[in-house]
Amino acid sequence: MSAAEPPQGANSAPAGGSAAAQPQAWGDHTSVDSSALLEARDLARHYRVSRGYLRGHAIVRALDGVSFTLDQGRTLAVVGESGCGKSTLARQVTMVEAPTSGRLMLDGIDVAQASAATRKRLRPDVQMVFQNPYASLNPRRTVGALLEEPLVIQRRGSGAERREAALAMMAKVGLRAEHYGRYPHMFSGGQRQRIAVARALMLRPRLVVADEPISALDVSIQAQVLNLLLDLQQELGVAYLFIAHNLQVVRHIADDVMVMYLGKAVEQGPKEAIFAHPRHPYTRALLASTPSLRRGRLASI
Amino acid sequence: MNELVVIEDLHVDFGTPARPLPAVEGLDLAIDEGEIVALVGESGSGKSVTALALMDLVDFPGRVRARRMTFSGRDLVRMPDHERRALAGRDIAMIFQDPIGSLDPCYTVGYQLDEAIGLHGHADERASAAARRERALALLREVEIADPAARLSAFPHQLSGGMAQRVMIAIAIAGRPRLLIADEPTTALDVTVQAQVLALLMRLRREHGMTLLLITHDLAVVAETADRVVVMYAGQVMETGVVPAIFDAPLHPYTQALLDALPEHNLDRARLRTIAGVVPGAHDRPSGCLLAPRCAFAADRCVSERPRLRAFDSGTARCHFPLGAP
Repeated sequence: MSAAEPPQGANSAPAGGSAAAQPQAWGDHTSVDSSALLEARDLARHYRVSRGYLRGHAIVRALDGVSFTLDQGRTLAVVGESGCGKSTLARQVTMVEAPTSGRLMLDGIDVAQASAATRKRLRPDVQMVFQNPYASLNPRRTVGALLEEPLVIQRRGSGAERREAALAMMAKVGLRAEHYGRYPHMFSGGQRQRIAVARALMLRPRLVVADEPISALDVSIQAQVLNLLLDLQQELGVAYLFIAHNLQVVRHIADDVMVMYLGKAVEQGPKEAIFAHPRHPYTRALLASTPSLRRGRLASI
Repeated sequence: MNELVVIEDLHVDFGTPARPLPAVEGLDLAIDEGEIVALVGESGSGKSVTALALMDLVDFPGRVRARRMTFSGRDLVRMPDHERRALAGRDIAMIFQDPIGSLDPCYTVGYQLDEAIGLHGHADERASAAARRERALALLREVEIADPAARLSAFPHQLSGGMAQRVMIAIAIAGRPRLLIADEPTTALDVTVQAQVLALLMRLRREHGMTLLLITHDLAVVAETADRVVVMYAGQVMETGVVPAIFDAPLHPYTQALLDALPEHNLDRARLRTIAGVVPGAHDRPSGCLLAPRCAFAADRCVSERPRLRAFDSGTARCHFPLGAP
């Protein structure tokens, strides 16, 4: 788990030369790492957009050549501002869209080139948790129906088995059995995000893509949901692709960090290295913009 | 110091008179001229409703009553409605969390600025369309919008979130307010844009001598901007104190718990410390201390008796057993 890891980058502070190579080397394996759950190589997704009648088309390079690896049971945080391509990356990883170019290996299978049938078979392995639990849960379905729906779609188990699985998952995420028949509007924001997490885990995925899962919640509730995510990772060995903009949160939950800007990864590496020695000016700007209790008054007013 | 706002025993109730739902229960708040006060608390703690009561924007079925509510020595409770309306928007202005949603999508930025200037500007600024346009351009420059002439004809959907918040600030300062209420002004923005908008608010406040009431749940933002903090919980003030002392030695266990939940304060541990449970709803508030069911230090007295807001050396706190006090 993340906290048990010795800090790798933090103690290499004086060695300028070797430290310079460290963050980049991590993303530059030439051989395919067999233990990697997810590996992206020069992954790109371009969109063709119309500029209006008779004015031809433009290409938006939403994701423009990103490479990374994510091992089983680890957390990779993707950080960046609106429009940097974070959500486009999530759409590729969840196999909602096929990338324009590059490779995306899930368990050694190249998803980008795979047939529709293979992609369909792999999709249950990757699940998603969204930012806003007020919008991501169907208000007309009960918690039980929401949790059982993935199993129904995948035709797993009988009705009784599905109900049992839903109740077991509810217990895991800290919901009580009597919540089974209730509707999303009867829950607070934190509880709704627990429901969303439970739903994502129903198919026992190996990777969960969490797109800003706590930024819509109160500070005290954020801590509860972060703890839940860490506990579930420990228990189930699930890997997280954690999309966020709050660097304090990233620092807490991530093993590795990838900073994105305009569709490209400008800096990536182990969390300790990135926070101790941010190399790219954009990473530094992000760190400087993140409010902190201990830094004192807003600088350069 | 000159007291700009004094609120004593403010109550805001929703629901029916027979079955009221209290949103704010007996809030006391005083803001000095030129001060930056942060109102902090979780969702449902009554922060925004307090600001709306000050702006006279609480709609039916909401009911506002207060023993005393003054602005610059003028009595807001007994003031005639037309005077109160003239005050809100001009002397007290407010900006909101969702800037794109706060602007009217059907009208251009120029039209909406023109309207605010026509209502709240000086006589010479209001005199003609050309004068109003001139003032609108000056306001957009003031909030650091590039190419202001082009932005006047833009519609809200053509603006980024940061730019829309700058336009909101321009509209808010059109009447040269003495008090600017900013309700979660940067919550919907990216961190780098958040830093820019906060820096802009700080600069405008200093240059115009405005008083700022900042409503937020982000304690780190508070630490970087505010002079004084008012921590609210379930409709009541739990603690007030000055920055940064309140972050080093909070009196109230609730403030301490909020600080403990920040990842920044948990660098050496795998799990974050949390506050168990949720904010009690308007119907199920305990009769004793509001925090008692969630407080790690709760004793028998906390369950039986609601504590009063007491004064200490470093601020005030509503707790029978404040932290660090004898």
